Amino acid sequence: MTDVLQIVFDALSLGSLYALGALGIALIFGVMRLVNFAHGDFIAFCVFAMLWPSIDAAAIVFAGRLPFYLLIPLLLLIGAVLSILSEIVVFRRFRNTNPATMMIASFALGFVIRHLLLMLYSSRPKSITLWPSLGLPVEFLGAHIPMLQVVTIMITLVVLVVLVLFLKRTRYGLEMRAAAENFTMARMLGVRANGVILLAFAISGMLAAAIGLILATNSGTADIGMGANVMLIAFIATVIGGLGSIPGAVAAGFLIGAASVVFQATLPHDARVFRDAFVYGAVIVVLLVRPQGLFAPKSAKQRV
Amino acid sequence: MTLLAVDDITVSYGRLTALRGVTLKIDEGEILFVTGPNGAGKSTLLNAIAGVVPAGSGSIIIDGARVTGNSPEDIARRGFSLVPEGRNVFGALTIEENLKVGTGMRRDRKRIADDLESIYEEFPMLAERRRTPAGMLSGGQQQMLVIGRALMAAPRIMAIDEPSLGLAPKIIDQVYEILVRLRAQRKLTLLIVEQSSTRAMMTGGRMVLIRGGRIVLEGAAADMIKDDRLKQAYFGFGDH
Repeated sequence: MTDVLQIVFDALSLGSLYALGALGIALIFGVMRLVNFAHGDFIAFCVFAMLWPSIDAAAIVFAGRLPFYLLIPLLLLIGAVLSILSEIVVFRRFRNTNPATMMIASFALGFVIRHLLLMLYSSRPKSITLWPSLGLPVEFLGAHIPMLQVVTIMITLVVLVVLVLFLKRTRYGLEMRAAAENFTMARMLGVRANGVILLAFAISGMLAAAIGLILATNSGTADIGMGANVMLIAFIATVIGGLGSIPGAVAAGFLIGAASVVFQATLPHDARVFRDAFVYGAVIVVLLVRPQGLFAPKSAKQRV
Repeated sequence: MTLLAVDDITVSYGRLTALRGVTLKIDEGEILFVTGPNGAGKSTLLNAIAGVVPAGSGSIIIDGARVTGNSPEDIARRGFSLVPEGRNVFGALTIEENLKVGTGMRRDRKRIADDLESIYEEFPMLAERRRTPAGMLSGGQQQMLVIGRALMAAPRIMAIDEPSLGLAPKIIDQVYEILVRLRAQRKLTLLIVEQSSTRAMMTGGRMVLIRGGRIVLEGAAADMIKDDRLKQAYFGFGDH
C-alpha cells in the first residue's frame, strides 16, 4: 500500500514537471506554430540567474539567497523577460515563415543561451542549496513522501488552475484561445497579434522559471544541460497530446511522467536501465495508433 | 459621405496578378455587391481591404484615414469587419465565446452585454446553444454565428464573402432577410461578395462586377438585369 502511494506521488511529481514544460511549449506553439527548442535553455538560464557569474568551482549564490517571497517573483520575472526578449529579438523576424525555419531559429537561440552560460559559469555543474527543509520527508498514510514532491504537485495544480481561469475567464485568455485556433481570423476581429504572442511568451517564460526552481531544489545542482531532458519530454508530450491542444499537453505530460515511474517500479531489475527505451517505445505505439495525438483539437476538422 | 474608398489597387500572388487597378467607393449606409465569376478577384479584394493580403499599389481609405499596409487588427479597429469565405468559426470555443472575441477592442464596454442579448434575439438558435462549441453547429448556423460575431465587434462596414456558399436556398433567404434588417436597424454599411448576381438584383443596392481582376461593370443592381453587358462580362463574349 505504501509502495503504491509512493509510486503515485513519484508519478504525480514527475508528471507535474513534464506537464509544466509541455504547457510552456504548447502555449507558444498555439499562437505562432513555433516549437521553441530554446525552452530547455530558458530553464537553465533561470537557475543560473540565482548564481553570481564566475567560473570557479564553488558557486557564489547571488539571488538564490533571497527569501522565497522575493526569489520566486524575481525568477518568474527573469523567465518572462528572457522569453519576451527572445520573441522580440529573434522569433518576431521569423513570423509567417514555415515552422521548420522557426524551429531551427529556436535551436540557434538555445545554443546562444547555452554558450553564454558556459562562458559565464563554465561547464562544471555547481551546487546550489535552496530550501533544504523541502527535502525532508513527510509521513502520509504510512508512506514517507519528500516534502518537495508535495510542493511540486501543489504548485503545478495552482499553476494549472490559474492558467485555466485566465484562459477561460479573461478577455486576454479568450483572445489567446481564439488566436491559437485561427490567428488571421482573430486579428480580423481586432485581436492584436503582437500582444497575444508576447503574452504567450511571458507565460511560457514564467513556466520555465518554475521548472528551473523545482529542478534546482530537487537536484541541488545547477547544470547547463539541466533543462534539456525536461524540454525533450515536454515536446513529446505536446505531440502526444495533439499539437495545439493545451489540455492535451498537460494530460500527456502527466501520462509520460506516470509511465516513466511505473516502468521504473515494475520492470525486471535488469531491464530498468532501459526504462527510457520503454517509455519512448510506448510513445511510438501511441503515435502509430493515433498520429494526430491523443487529444487533437476538435476544431481541426470543421463542418461545412 | 464616403466611408470606404479603394483607389486603383493591384494585388499579386507571386507572378499571378489577382487585382489590376480596382477603384470603388462605398457611402455610409450603402449596400454594395461585388459579383463576378470564380477567380475574378472578389475575395482578394476583401482580403486586401482587411489587410490580410498586401496591396502592391494603390490606396485604401477608411473614413478618411489611409490604411494601406496596416495590420488586420488595426483595420478591424477602424470599423471594418470581414466575414471571410468558409466562415472560420473558432470551433473549440463556445458560441458565446465566439461572439465575444471581437468585443475586446470596443471602447463602449457597457453596451457589450446589451448587444449580446440583441444578437441572441436576432438568432434564437444561437441563444439556445450558447455554451455549445461552435464546431458542432451546422453550416447555416455557423453562418449566422459569424455574422453575429462580426456585428459584436460593432463595425461601421461589414464585409461578407459569399454568405450563400454551401447553404440551402431557404437558409440563404433567411441570411439575407437578417442582413437587410440589420442594415436598416444599425445604419450598417454592407459590402457583400457573391458569385451570382441574382441575389444582388433581388436585394437591391449597388453592384460592381469583377472579371479578371478588373471592374467591368458598375451600377444599380436592379438595372443590371436589363444590361446585356452582364452576360458578356460573365461569359467573356464581346470585346472585353
